[in-house]
Amino acid sequence: MTDKPIISCRDLSKIYTMGEQEVRALDGVDLDIAEGEFVAIMGPSGSGKSSLMNLIGALDRPTKGEMWINGKALSEMSRDDLADLRNETLGFVFQQFNLLARQDAFQNVRLPLRYARKDAGDIDARAKECLELVGLGSRMDHRPMQLSGGQQQRVAIARALANRPRILLADEPTGALDTKTTAEIMHLMQDLNRQGITVVLITHETEVAAYASRQIHFRDGRIESDSAHPDLKRPSGG
Amino acid sequence: MKFGVATSSAAEALFSNPMRSLLTMLGIIIGVASVMVMMSIGEGAKAQIEAQISSIGSNVLTLQPGNMNRGGRNHGGGSGRPFAEADVTAMGELPFVQGVTGILSQQANAVSEEANWVSNIQGANASFFEVNNWRVAEGREFTTQEVQGGAAVAVLGKTSAANLFPDGRAIGQRIRVNSVPMEVIGILESKGQSGGGGMGMDRDDTIVAPLGMVRNRITGGNRQVSRHVSRIQMLVQDGYDVLEAQEETTALMRERRRIQPGEQDNFAVVNFADMIKQRAAAAETMSMLLAFTAAVSLIVGGVGVMNIMLVSVTERTREIGLRMAIGARGGDILLQFLFEAIALCTLGGLIGMGMGWIGVFAYAQIANAPMMVSPVIIATALGAAASVGLIFGFFPARRAAQLDPIQALRHD
Repeated sequence: MTDKPIISCRDLSKIYTMGEQEVRALDGVDLDIAEGEFVAIMGPSGSGKSSLMNLIGALDRPTKGEMWINGKALSEMSRDDLADLRNETLGFVFQQFNLLARQDAFQNVRLPLRYARKDAGDIDARAKECLELVGLGSRMDHRPMQLSGGQQQRVAIARALANRPRILLADEPTGALDTKTTAEIMHLMQDLNRQGITVVLITHETEVAAYASRQIHFRDGRIESDSAHPDLKRPSGG
Repeated sequence: MKFGVATSSAAEALFSNPMRSLLTMLGIIIGVASVMVMMSIGEGAKAQIEAQISSIGSNVLTLQPGNMNRGGRNHGGGSGRPFAEADVTAMGELPFVQGVTGILSQQANAVSEEANWVSNIQGANASFFEVNNWRVAEGREFTTQEVQGGAAVAVLGKTSAANLFPDGRAIGQRIRVNSVPMEVIGILESKGQSGGGGMGMDRDDTIVAPLGMVRNRITGGNRQVSRHVSRIQMLVQDGYDVLEAQEETTALMRERRRIQPGEQDNFAVVNFADMIKQRAAAAETMSMLLAFTAAVSLIVGGVGVMNIMLVSVTERTREIGLRMAIGARGGDILLQFLFEAIALCTLGGLIGMGMGWIGVFAYAQIANAPMMVSPVIIATALGAAASVGLIFGFFPARRAAQLDPIQALRHD
């Protein structure tokens, strides 16, 4: 793969303490994702894939280890720096879409542009462009309730793309969608990936993972297999 | 921090649940309305009192027979032994006196060719007009010569003139007061309702005429005192301490009335302006107290706002998480909720101001008091409301801003 990773994790651990018990959601993960990759992260629930996603998304801090996005160590960044990173470099797509119900599609897509600290240019034009890109140019004034699940997820994708992120993080983006709509959304993600956006996708469905160019399986907080490194040794006792 | 997105989000939250917003604002509405009403009433009372003081003059001393404070009540002029014109002259010789007049007054029936009217006739010296700072609007005042000569001339108060001469042509006309004919030579400017001699009395309902003439032909003499007067009014020179003047006047009058040391005064030297000022101070204390009470209700309203804002933060935790995920900084979230609280309170303040205005208007109608809604009151009320929003909105807003993005996003 490319030599310069856009996402890099070393010895990444996330440990939750629940009463007396310690839960190792992530247990010393080393991972590099190069710019332009389309990576599917798979695994059963509790395998640590969501924890990894939250860490990559700069929404959470690791208990141990270090990670770099775009060459910058996240441990050295302040809360505001992380917010700016999420705003400028990352785009999120969630299983439950997470659109603001009281705002129409257009306003939802404008939101990250309005929070942007760098000059976002013509916000309205960019929001319109993003909605057209996901095929919703004609439904800009619809509120989430007036849109189907697939359309809502497209709005969410348009919102994620608004600030031209380099990384798109999708957490079970098709978990709430039917098969046909799933295929449409995944094709859209492939298109975006072809345009140069690095896509990291969490899913537990093999069919969905198949759209990605690289599949990583997690189990018990560790990488069980990685299609980019078939020679990877299984962790002992895993 | 991004003000645009914070303000629009705040406005949206405000109008998305209008009923709740209104209920939340209720405390602020009531608080601001009452602050406004209380302050306006206080200002109005103050202005009225100031007007009264300026209509009397703050350096006028009035001597009345009888101890006016016996039993805490004014026994009224004439209940004790009256003064004599000689007293008036003696008072006039005090160094600080600029003008002095004796007054002898009585209700009398006045008749013109057109109408009759019961009015208060006051016999006075020529300096009556100067002492009372009460000048003629039409015609002229009577002179010292006319007073000495007992001329049958009269200067009418505005009300008396209007009632005796409905068509307005009074100067030069004849009237008869208790059958005594007099020529109208002047009409006084209006003094209006007054808190001077008698509270709520129309001071314009009067007829002023030369003192001796009034005594000889209308009121009649007094058995104990020859050439008596029922009141003496004196004008203290500008710059002279009125309290000191009061003391010196009292001393002289005690001497003239042969009151032994240790004996009580059988007269009183009163500074009406001073009494009014004391009343004004009491009124001000009262209105401050009321405004303070109103301010407490504003604080209670603020606590209500804080409560709802905390609920709102909890309800919208997921939304906050999402906003953070797409790049809102803590400061953006803080600002959003702070604006929401301030907007809530300011809007409540505006509504409260409208209601307060109605309240002040209603009070002005009922109490027949001047309506005083000054820009200072409006600014104070609105500023107080916005400050309440700022103060009580800060804690919930900070709580929202400090939420952990991933915890907030997972909240359900």
